[in-house]
Amino acid sequence: MLQKKTVPEMQALAKRMRREIVEMIGAAKSGHPGGSLSAVELVVTLYFDVMRHDPANPKWPDRDRFILSKGHAAPVLYTAMAEAGYTPRDQLNTLRKLGSMYQGHPDVRFLPALEASTGSLGEGVSLALGMALAARLNGSSSRTYVMLGDGEIQEGQVWEGAMFGAYHKVDNVVAIVDYNGIQLDGFVKDIMDVKPLAEKWRAFGWHAIEIDGHDIPSIQAAFQEAARTKDVPTAIIAHTIKGKGVSFMENNPKFHGTAPTPDEVKLALQELQ
Amino acid sequence: MIPAKTKFDLKLGMATREAFGKALVEAGRRSKDVVVCDADLSKSTYTSLFHHEFPDRFFSCGIAEANMVAIAAGFAYAGKIPVAASFSCFVVNKGFEQLRVTVAYPNLNVKIVGTHSGISIGEDGPSQMSVEETSLACSLPGFVVLSPADEVSTTALVHAAIDHVGPVFIRTGRMKAPVVYAAEQKFEIGKAVELIDGSDVTVIATGLLVAEAIRAQEALEAQGISVRVIDFHTVKPLDRETIARAAVETRAIVVAEEHLVDGGLGVRVAQAVAETHPCVMEFVGLHDTYAESGSPEQLLDKYGLVSRDVIAAVHRVLARKK
Repeated sequence: MLQKKTVPEMQALAKRMRREIVEMIGAAKSGHPGGSLSAVELVVTLYFDVMRHDPANPKWPDRDRFILSKGHAAPVLYTAMAEAGYTPRDQLNTLRKLGSMYQGHPDVRFLPALEASTGSLGEGVSLALGMALAARLNGSSSRTYVMLGDGEIQEGQVWEGAMFGAYHKVDNVVAIVDYNGIQLDGFVKDIMDVKPLAEKWRAFGWHAIEIDGHDIPSIQAAFQEAARTKDVPTAIIAHTIKGKGVSFMENNPKFHGTAPTPDEVKLALQELQ
Repeated sequence: MIPAKTKFDLKLGMATREAFGKALVEAGRRSKDVVVCDADLSKSTYTSLFHHEFPDRFFSCGIAEANMVAIAAGFAYAGKIPVAASFSCFVVNKGFEQLRVTVAYPNLNVKIVGTHSGISIGEDGPSQMSVEETSLACSLPGFVVLSPADEVSTTALVHAAIDHVGPVFIRTGRMKAPVVYAAEQKFEIGKAVELIDGSDVTVIATGLLVAEAIRAQEALEAQGISVRVIDFHTVKPLDRETIARAAVETRAIVVAEEHLVDGGLGVRVAQAVAETHPCVMEFVGLHDTYAESGSPEQLLDKYGLVSRDVIAAVHRVLARKK
């Protein structure tokens, strides 16, 4: 089982992962920095505090599982897995290259330690619910976590899954919405507003918690509340900043899906010292 | 594989969907890893039988096929053997994106069963009729696509699908289907069954058209034409060896299916023929059209899917045979 980290350790790790994210997307010359950077604290807290998992035994049946439904944020997942010891850190810069385990979107064929192949938006909640029900049938205490984008929840399948999760009382699933307010074409409110978000999940029968998605103690408290919540699944609405940590990427729709240039990488790395 | 019968009485048996539902209960008894998902059609798909016996392993998904397919994928990731069933048109068309990205791409052990395939569902009309499921399912890399003709082959192939590790689509129908096989017949995924030997022409058929091909053979035999009839219960992977042998030995092939000719069994057989021993071919199926309401018998007759149409195709292909 992976050793848990303290809050200061996770904060330091978050900064290092941001550097790795910027570097790997810069090296790839394509990718999605904004939505990777917004999710760093959420993913760090899951991998280094909340989830019971074992990088030495990735297929341990009773492990907790994480699915990145917003698969375009693959770099944040890859850095977390590399930092946890699942995969080599020194190959992170092969992101998006032919044959790399770090494919453009998470791909179990190239990286079997992943819990699911994702990339087509809207599918992760359903996958998580299937896994969680399998754990229930097996009498396992395994919990499944699934991270969605705020633009992603425009997909109807998310709400098909939300209805299913509440109806079947899948209380070993937690959905985390990375509510950074930006999608590919611009600000979510200008494309297809998703407000009021917590109310939507509540209306579908989920327990909803709203937090600051960059504050690790708040994130920890939300996951603890989710674990105490019985008979209904939990949705954590995490308010985040797209491109968090790099001034010129923050709240800038351009960096949803544009790689930083070599100069921008240099500038970003200075800011992330 | 040697057919267990030489004479076919083609007595009406169970619908293939009912045979599926019964076999699924048996599969549930064999393995506690089998779980079933259905989208508000369990009385029509006969997964209600499984629900009755194994309520804890049956998951009602409501009318939400896309979610259902991905729920099944989640079960498969966790080591279960999920079977997701609905009408073919709904589970394949509404679930296609999920079949592609959540099932086929990671190559998961998910079984999809489509009932009410083809136009023989009758009065409900084209919105409920599946005429493209075989084409779509075959386009998914790694999928096995099964299309049994009767209750005997359905039962055997449901068990074979459960035992096969990997994604499988099984196409079944609404109507009671004529019984083609003796109960002891053995089936193997990917191995076609030569029902009747013949030397002038081969009719390759699948699903309901197998019985029509047998009826056509009986009429053609009386006209002095020797017809080989082969049941392709597996559309993918295709039994290329049997096709190549038919092409060499009879030099004329008719393919008959209750499906759009575009993308169906026929074009897949034609590819195999083109790549092995090119010969003349004709196709019985739906030609670039949807059907309409009517009784199943009226529809099969109007849209050219009965033995008369197989006979006409045999005459056409023989006229072109050098």
